Amino acid sequence: MVTSVPNKVGNYSSTGNGVHKLFFDDITNFLRRCLFRVLSVGPIPTHLAFIMDGNRRYAKKQNLKEGEGHKAGYLALMSLLRYCYELGIKYVTIYAFSIENFKRRPDEVQSLMDLMLEKMEALLMEESIVNQYGIRVCFIGNLRLLSEPVRVAAEKVMKVTSNNSKAMLLVCVAYTASNEIVHAVEGSCKEKEKEFRLCNLNNNVMDDVKEGEKVNGMVVHDIQDFYEDTSVESQGLKQGKGCNGTPYHACESFESNWDQVLTSKASKSGEVSEGFRNLRQEFPVIKLVDIEKHMYMAVAPDPDMLIRSSGESRLSNFLLWQTSNCQLYSPAALWPEIGLSQLVWAILKFQQSHSYLEKKMKQL
Amino acid sequence: MPFSLHFSPTPLITGPSPLSKPFFLLPYYHTLHAPKSPLCSSMEHALTHQGKQEAFDRRPEDSQTLPLGLRRDAMPSHVAVIMDGNRRWARLRDLPVRSGYEAGVESLRKIVEICCKWGIKVLSVFAFSSDNWFRPKVEVEFLMSLFERGMQEDTGIFFRENIRISVIGDLTKLPKALQELMVNLEEATKNNTRFQLIVAVSYSGHYDVVQACQRLALKAKCGLIEPSDINVSLMEQELETNCTEFPHPDLLIRTSGEFRISNFMLWQLAYTELFFAQSLWPDFGEAEFLKALLAFQQRQRRYGV
Repeated sequence: MVTSVPNKVGNYSSTGNGVHKLFFDDITNFLRRCLFRVLSVGPIPTHLAFIMDGNRRYAKKQNLKEGEGHKAGYLALMSLLRYCYELGIKYVTIYAFSIENFKRRPDEVQSLMDLMLEKMEALLMEESIVNQYGIRVCFIGNLRLLSEPVRVAAEKVMKVTSNNSKAMLLVCVAYTASNEIVHAVEGSCKEKEKEFRLCNLNNNVMDDVKEGEKVNGMVVHDIQDFYEDTSVESQGLKQGKGCNGTPYHACESFESNWDQVLTSKASKSGEVSEGFRNLRQEFPVIKLVDIEKHMYMAVAPDPDMLIRSSGESRLSNFLLWQTSNCQLYSPAALWPEIGLSQLVWAILKFQQSHSYLEKKMKQL
Repeated sequence: MPFSLHFSPTPLITGPSPLSKPFFLLPYYHTLHAPKSPLCSSMEHALTHQGKQEAFDRRPEDSQTLPLGLRRDAMPSHVAVIMDGNRRWARLRDLPVRSGYEAGVESLRKIVEICCKWGIKVLSVFAFSSDNWFRPKVEVEFLMSLFERGMQEDTGIFFRENIRISVIGDLTKLPKALQELMVNLEEATKNNTRFQLIVAVSYSGHYDVVQACQRLALKAKCGLIEPSDINVSLMEQELETNCTEFPHPDLLIRTSGEFRISNFMLWQLAYTELFFAQSLWPDFGEAEFLKALLAFQQRQRRYGV
C-alpha cells in the first residue's frame, strides 16, 4: 500500500515513486543531520540575518513572470529556515520589504503584499514551520505603512506565536534602518524630556514626595510607568531586553565625557553660552542604551552574520545599527538559488573568523 | 632636482608613481619637524620655503587622464576607507608595530594623492576607533604622536594642494595639544575646495548617532524642535559628517580581508557599495585602488528601490 506523503512544498505524490522519494528524502535528511552534527563541533551563530536579493533577476533568468521569482524566493526561504533551526540557530532575521520598495511599480508592490498576506496566513496553520520548531514571529518595521489587512494579519501572527520560545523569526517589513534609528532617537528624546520634566516637577513642587503620593493627580509610580516605551507599535509585544551583544565597556568608551563632547561641539558651531552650558548640565544625558531600547530590533541580540544573496555587497539600509561588528557574506547565488551549500559555507566562514575575533577581543 | 610633492599628470596603472617620495625626503621636512610648534608658525615656514608660487600651481582634474577603464563620470564623490592591517604588516616583517603604523601613513598619503588626481572629492579614513582606546597604552600614545606629527608635517601640502581637513569623533579624549592642532587645522583649511580629507579619530558609528541624538534632545528641550519633528533630515544635520557636501560614502574599502564594518559610519553607509581588499593597508596602493574603483563602476546601484 502506498501512502501519500507531503514533500517540502506540500504537494503529494501518490504513485509507487512516492516510496522511492520517501526513501531518498530520509537519506538526505540523515546525511544533512550528520553534517550539522559535524558543524556543531565548532561555534554556531546565534543570529543570522538575510537580505533576500535576486528574486526578480531569477525570474528573468528562468523566463518566468516577475511574481514567480518572489514565490520561488519564498520556497527557498522556508528551506533555509528549516536548516537554520535544525542547526540550532536561535534567531533569524529577514529583509522582506524595505520602505524604499514602496517606490516600485504599484502592481509589483501589490503582488508582494498579496504574497505576504498569503504566507502570513499559512504560518498560522497547524503544520506550519512555526509550530514545528516553536518559533516566535516578530514583524519589525513601521507597520503603519502597511495596508490594514496585512498589518492585522501580522499582528495576529505575532500574538498567536508570542508564547513560542525555542526560536525567533524576525521579519523586517516596511523597514529601513534609518527609519528605525529616527524612531529610536525620537523615543529617547521624548523619554528624556519627560524625565527632565518630572525631575523639575519634583524639585520645584514636592521636596518630600513619597511613593504612592499623588503628583498632579497621578500616583508617583504611575508616572514612572508612563515613561515606559509605548511607541514600539511594530512589535505589539512586551519588549524584550535590549541585549545588543556589544560589551558594555566598549559602549562606555565614548560616553564618559558627554559634557566635554557637547561643549566642544557647541564651541565649533558657535552655540557657546552660559545658558547652554547650564542647560546641558541639567539635562539628563542620552546614552547608547537609551537609544537601543527603543530600536525595533531590541527583542533580539545583534546578528552574528549578515548574508546577502546575489553577490551584491551593500547593506541597503538594513540593520545598520545592529551590524556594526557583524561579519558580512555575499554569495553569488540569487535568492531562490540559495540552499544548504551556501548556508554551510557561511557557517564555516563564521567559525573561521570567530576564533580570530575572540583572539582580538582578548587582546582588547 | 628639487623635490616637490606634485601630483603627476601621467598616472601609472601599477606601482607607485616615480615622482612621489616618502615625506621624510621632502627638503622642507626639517623645518616642519618642530614638535609641538604652534600651527601658524609651521604654516608660515612651509609657505616661505616652498615658495608661494607653488601654492597657486593647480592642475584642473579635467586635463588629467584616468587609467584605462575608469570613467570620470562614474567616479565616486566620496570614498571611505577602513585602514586595517598595519600591525599584521609589521608582524609579518618582524618589525615593531609602530613601523606598521608609519607605513600605513605613507600608504594614506599615496591614496590622498591618487584621489586628488582622479577627481574624487572626499576621502574619509577610519584612523582611530572608539574601541581602539582599549589597546595598550604605549601603542595608543604612539598613535596620538603619529597623528600630531603627520598633521604638522603635511600642513604645507594641505595648503599647497588646496585640501580641506575635517576631523570627526570624540576629540575630548585626545591629548590637548592634538585637539588644538586638529581644530586649528580644520579652521585654517575650511575654505579649501579641491579635495576634503575626513579623518575619523576616536569615532564610531554608534557614537555619531548618539551625539546627534543628544543634540536633538537639547534642541527639543530648548523648544527649537519637537521630538516628533525628528526625521532623517534633522539627523543628517547633527551627524558629524555634516562637515561635507557629500556625507554618504559611495564606496567603502576595507583592507586586510576582514568582512565587517567595525562600527564605522553606520548611518552614512546605508547604500554604500562595499569592497573588501585582501591586502594589508600598507600594501594597498594604486593598483588595488584602481581595482576597487573599477568594481564600483560596474555595480548597479538601486538605493533600495
